[in-house]
Amino acid sequence: MTDDPVISFRNVVQDFKRDDGGIVRALDNLTFDIGRHEFVAVLGPSGCGKSTLLRLLAGLVFPTAGSVEIFGLKVTEPRDEIGIVFQKPTLLPWFNVLDNVTFPMRHKYGRVTQTEKDRARELLDLVELGQFTGAGIDQLSGGMQQRVAIARALLLDPDILLMDEPFSALDALTREEMSFELLRIWTEKPKTVLFITHSIPEAVLLADRIIVMSPRPGAVREILDVRVPRPRSLASLSDPNFNDLANHIRASLFSRRAA
Amino acid sequence: MTLQTTSAPASSAAAPPEVTIPAKPAPARLPALLNRFAPLLAFVGLLILWEGGCRLFKVPAFLLPPPSAIISGAQEIAWPLWLGHAWATIRVALMGYIVAVIVSIPLAIALSSSKLLSRTLYPIIVVVHSMPIVAVAPIIVVTLGASDLPRVVITFLITFFPIVVTTTAGLLATPEELVELSRSLRASRFREIVHIRLPFALPYIFSALKIATTLSVVGAVVAEFVAAEKGLGYMIMFSTSFFKINHSFASLAILVVVSLTFFQTMVLLQKWLAPWSLPRSER
Ligand SMILES: Nc1ncnc2c1ncn2[C@@H]1O[C@H](COP(=O)(O)OP(=O)(O)O)[C@@H](O)[C@H]1O
Ligand SMILES: [Mg+2]
Repeated sequence: MTDDPVISFRNVVQDFKRDDGGIVRALDNLTFDIGRHEFVAVLGPSGCGKSTLLRLLAGLVFPTAGSVEIFGLKVTEPRDEIGIVFQKPTLLPWFNVLDNVTFPMRHKYGRVTQTEKDRARELLDLVELGQFTGAGIDQLSGGMQQRVAIARALLLDPDILLMDEPFSALDALTREEMSFELLRIWTEKPKTVLFITHSIPEAVLLADRIIVMSPRPGAVREILDVRVPRPRSLASLSDPNFNDLANHIRASLFSRRAA
Repeated sequence: MTLQTTSAPASSAAAPPEVTIPAKPAPARLPALLNRFAPLLAFVGLLILWEGGCRLFKVPAFLLPPPSAIISGAQEIAWPLWLGHAWATIRVALMGYIVAVIVSIPLAIALSSSKLLSRTLYPIIVVVHSMPIVAVAPIIVVTLGASDLPRVVITFLITFFPIVVTTTAGLLATPEELVELSRSLRASRFREIVHIRLPFALPYIFSALKIATTLSVVGAVVAEFVAAEKGLGYMIMFSTSFFKINHSFASLAILVVVSLTFFQTMVLLQKWLAPWSLPRSER
């Protein structure tokens, strides 16, 4: 990484007040950098603070200590450089597919220009839903809905794409298909991606680097380079590096049980 | 804030599994027809039973008139007169309903937007709603005098509560992710409510609006019981005091028709304005 980092976490601590007045530490002393157009997966058990990490980047919560920076600037409010894809597609059932994709524009600026509509059509082509612009969202399968959500996140052309377990609500087959889809989209439209997941193979297949987190309070256990060559395909799944890394992560995640 | 809701959003409309009995290859159209007309048949059957029962047991007409006596009784009064009474009730019900909607939805937005407001106002709303409307109605009439105003207020009081409670629940049921999406776009609170929260609450709001239709008719009738010189509720009071029970029943029948029409109007309105808020089978 010769460039300046796009995202940097510096000794980030995040505490939350519990309802009973106590304090939970969700994240403890997180430090890492993410470079331009890098695809980074964050892997860790439920409740280890993965979504909190994403919210910090989105400017929805602010760290108790330390700093979160995007392009060298401390995050003090939600920034335009960011697109988010959630676990559930959370589309708007009263809009058709196209209007769902242009929604961020309508919501932010109050109107949708022709340029944005054309852009939305292009993005729908990109996620292979070009035929469905006028369809109602309840006519789409779960995987298709998540593609619409990805197109929506790309509408305002963010530099950074944050994805919070985007495929975990999908069935296993669709999930695998979507991983390859995402790789293709990322190749066509390079972005800096922070991809949260708790699937080891998904992380290894997609990412350049993997941040493995330990639970309670969430901290970086290790940061691993994925040495599986790109472009990745089905064949990558049988790459020896793939299995070595997957096994290493599995051991790393389970080692806390032994400790 | 914990709110109880009487509504069911569209997604919870799960149909029970259908059981199909492998019947003899009988004419397949008959069950379909039966299915379609069963409610009507049951209704007509009930009327026939009522008529037959009255005749068979020689029930005195001033206790329970048979349907035929109700129809002939209704005809003793000229239809413009009936129309006048019906309109008096409908007008009050509509005005109370509209005021309730105009007050309740902004109130629900306020309650769902601020914990402080909700903690302050919600107890007051519950107290107001806890007062039995029949007990409050005479007081309101004395305070506000004999005009449409107290009647509209009484109708409002009985109608607004379910709208406030259910709409608030709906506004708070918006998927958290969408609220975060809105925040991440730095959209205004106003747009968050108008673009996201209100539309998502529509299934709840329409349930409330449907419940409120029949309540508004109840409110108008209760108000007429206390003080009125016109209206279907007034007709019921008036005719029972003269033992013209068949006129009371005729008024009641018209009230039922009014209520159902009102309710059905809201059903159609929802189908027209927000079909997506209905389960597929009801669109
Ligand atoms: N707004 C909040 N208020 C209080 N506690 C929170 C809040 N957000 C997250 N937490 C707590 O922080 C921890 C990490 O949560 P989260 O980031 O959602 O984990 P993950 O996404 O890895 O499952 C959990 O223990 C959760 O209860
Ligand atoms: Mg999470």
